[in-house]
Amino acid sequence: MIANYGYKDGSGDYFISINTDMCVECTQKPCQAACPAGVLEIIADDYDDLVAAVREEHRKKIKYSCAQCKPVAGERSLVCLDACSFKAISHSW
Amino acid sequence: MAETGAKKEFWRWKEYNWKNPDLDLSAGKIISGGVDVGSVSSQAVVMVDGELFCYSNMRTGSDSPTSAQRAFDWAIEGTGLTVADIQYIVGTGYGRINVPFAHKAITEIACHARGANYIYGPSVRTVLDMGGQDCKAIRCDDKGKVTTFLMNDKCAAGTGRGMEVFADLLGVSIEDVGELSLTVEEEPEPVSSTCVVFAKTEATGLLRAGWPREKVLAAYCSAMAHRVVTLLERIGVEKEFAITGGIAKNAGVVRRIEQELGISALTTSYDTQIAGAVGAALFGRALAQKEGKQR
Repeated sequence: MIANYGYKDGSGDYFISINTDMCVECTQKPCQAACPAGVLEIIADDYDDLVAAVREEHRKKIKYSCAQCKPVAGERSLVCLDACSFKAISHSW
Repeated sequence: MAETGAKKEFWRWKEYNWKNPDLDLSAGKIISGGVDVGSVSSQAVVMVDGELFCYSNMRTGSDSPTSAQRAFDWAIEGTGLTVADIQYIVGTGYGRINVPFAHKAITEIACHARGANYIYGPSVRTVLDMGGQDCKAIRCDDKGKVTTFLMNDKCAAGTGRGMEVFADLLGVSIEDVGELSLTVEEEPEPVSSTCVVFAKTEATGLLRAGWPREKVLAAYCSAMAHRVVTLLERIGVEKEFAITGGIAKNAGVVRRIEQELGISALTTSYDTQIAGAVGAALFGRALAQKEGKQR
């Protein structure tokens, strides 16, 4: 399953996508600890798979939550993507 | 001073309950329930061995637990059933954690996929749910299991709440908006699809410029259709395509979505607003079977 967390508003589309079929294979889930903003959590989804998800409190402000890893200028390093060896995470912006 | 009288609430839609006259409750092995407490509407469904027995569809009040109880009580009214008779109840929707008598809470994404599979059949692969305050695009398999989902609940554009604002602005009953929008001879340019506030401001200007109500409605339905199609295209649209939620009853929006996508939406004789609660009740049945809870 591809879970898309985030929102669309007048300024654009901001979604973090997690491929839960890949994510469930990972036992360590290093992405959660890697995120400096605490955006990610590990949950048992509706099908009882233990997967990463975007925390409820971040879903409507993900553009701002992820801002520290996405500077307007300079090098961009998305630590959650780097931490995920299964390449299960992607960002739409 | 003359009284103007009570202002009509154009956003109000008909609340009701329904019972299946042909289903024998006593013969059922598993009675399961689903309660979908949305931000605008609440539905409660009871199923007997996976068949629809009774349901209610009503406006959500200010208190989610009370709304859940009221919806459920109204659904089972006159059936002889009590909450204790139901082996498994699943809560879903915006207020799913506030259904005090539910055994489990499951997200509305999973429940809408399952519910759409029931009310539209196993051929459905793409579900668009346009709720009161959110919009969900879901892909699922032939068993109603979610394969992809995306939800936008930040913005009223593309939701029932946006349509209620327009119904009230134009003095048209929410139940008549769709058909009235289809009476235009020529399709107008859509109003802003970015924001309901912008759209309303634009619509006010159009009315002042002499646009008739049906033309303004057509412009808004078109804007709403465009907005949700951009969400759908983000996850891809695979046939068959179906719409759940209250907006599925708005022919003006549905027709315009079909035109933008270039495919027809499936139709159903069930009330599209109960899809989430139906899915919840089906999950309840599966969980009751798993836990050995049978009569």
